[in-house]
Amino acid sequence: MTVADSRREEILAWLDEVKDPEVPVLSIRELGVLRDVDVSGDEVVVMMTPTYSGCPAMHAMEAEVVSTLAQHGVPNARVKTVYSPAWTTDWISDEAKAKLAAYGIAPPGRVESDDLVPLRRRAPVECPYCHSVNTLVRSEFGSTACKAILFCNSCRQPFELFKAI
Amino acid sequence: MSRESEMGNRESSNGGSTDGWVPGAKPATATSGIAQNPVFEHLLRLADDRLVLGHRLSEWCGHAPILEEDIALANIALDLIGQASMLLKLAGEVEGKGRSEDALAYFRDAIEFRNAQLVELPNGDFAVTIVRQFLFDAWDVLVLERLAAVSNEALAGIAAKALKEARYHLRHTAEWVRMLGDGTAESHARAQRALDDLWPYTAELFLADAVDAEAVAAGSGVDVESFRSRWRQTVEQVLGEATLAIPKDGFAPRGGRTGRHTEYLGRMLADMQSLARAHPGAAW
Repeated sequence: MTVADSRREEILAWLDEVKDPEVPVLSIRELGVLRDVDVSGDEVVVMMTPTYSGCPAMHAMEAEVVSTLAQHGVPNARVKTVYSPAWTTDWISDEAKAKLAAYGIAPPGRVESDDLVPLRRRAPVECPYCHSVNTLVRSEFGSTACKAILFCNSCRQPFELFKAI
Repeated sequence: MSRESEMGNRESSNGGSTDGWVPGAKPATATSGIAQNPVFEHLLRLADDRLVLGHRLSEWCGHAPILEEDIALANIALDLIGQASMLLKLAGEVEGKGRSEDALAYFRDAIEFRNAQLVELPNGDFAVTIVRQFLFDAWDVLVLERLAAVSNEALAGIAAKALKEARYHLRHTAEWVRMLGDGTAESHARAQRALDDLWPYTAELFLADAVDAEAVAAGSGVDVESFRSRWRQTVEQVLGEATLAIPKDGFAPRGGRTGRHTEYLGRMLADMQSLARAHPGAAW
């Protein structure tokens, strides 16, 4: 491992402290918003990609990345926003999905095919509390851009679903 | 969004500022439709559709018939405005005159906007808003599918991201169109009236001119004429399930792409731009 590689790994590990303010159980690394770190130049460049085009939490996450690195003695960090490849929930690991479920948010399923079928039926969603699949979509959109609101008919509990995109 | 360019230009505003915010200043862009920079112009068309429709949807915030739809319309608005922000930033870079996305959003007048007239029309009732959003989403998915494959990597990246969001919007609005059309007598009548009123304005979505052709040739544009029949297939399928009758083609207003708008756009912009113009250079 080169010096640059270990420096990169070190910085990525520090950035694991930065959580998504809307889903505080996941770090930006687990979420896939943190793409890479470039330590080759004079400044440290942190590549990030937004979950949704208008995600209002992006600015907060960017500010926290810079301040977290400053606390670790990296004063010259800057965030570069990248759009390609487009963020997908398929980047969220199984471990991270288990954290979401434990937190009460149903994790995203696999992203469906790209075929355009506007009125298709969707796969059943499992309730994160009682694991019943007797659940109902209450709202396609939720408290944040990345979530939908569902209701469990078995345990009578509303819950959020992390939308698969 | 950054505010630097308005701030930077504010002090020396009498001369060559291109921001268009100076009271009484002439619009920076000619209205003839003969663009000096076709890629810039084409990007404005793409961005302004989203900015204007996103703002219209945001007007529903706190007013939608049910809480879930209030959240849905605000979420869709957020996606569209986010997309507009990325596209306007790119447009500003292509133009090369130092205009930020905020300068382009808040300091152009109606005559400089390049959106189709469909998106600037007032929201009407819930049926009008949903039917318009469905007609737009069905078109938007096809636009973004093609833009995601253009050679301009920055544009293709934005489009690939926006496409995921647009598909989600379309699924939602298609279901609502079906529920309204195939719902009660009242919801059916309102949805049909909305469709009849809005249908003429969809023709403009498929009009292209030399500006678009040059942008396409430069690998930075989409040929909207190429997928009209695909759009019609999607629309016919959903309207069929919704038991709504497709209106006949006839009257087809146009002009938005070259800055000719309905009276509604100016009123909307007066609201949308008032804060930025009252406090030029203010940063979030």
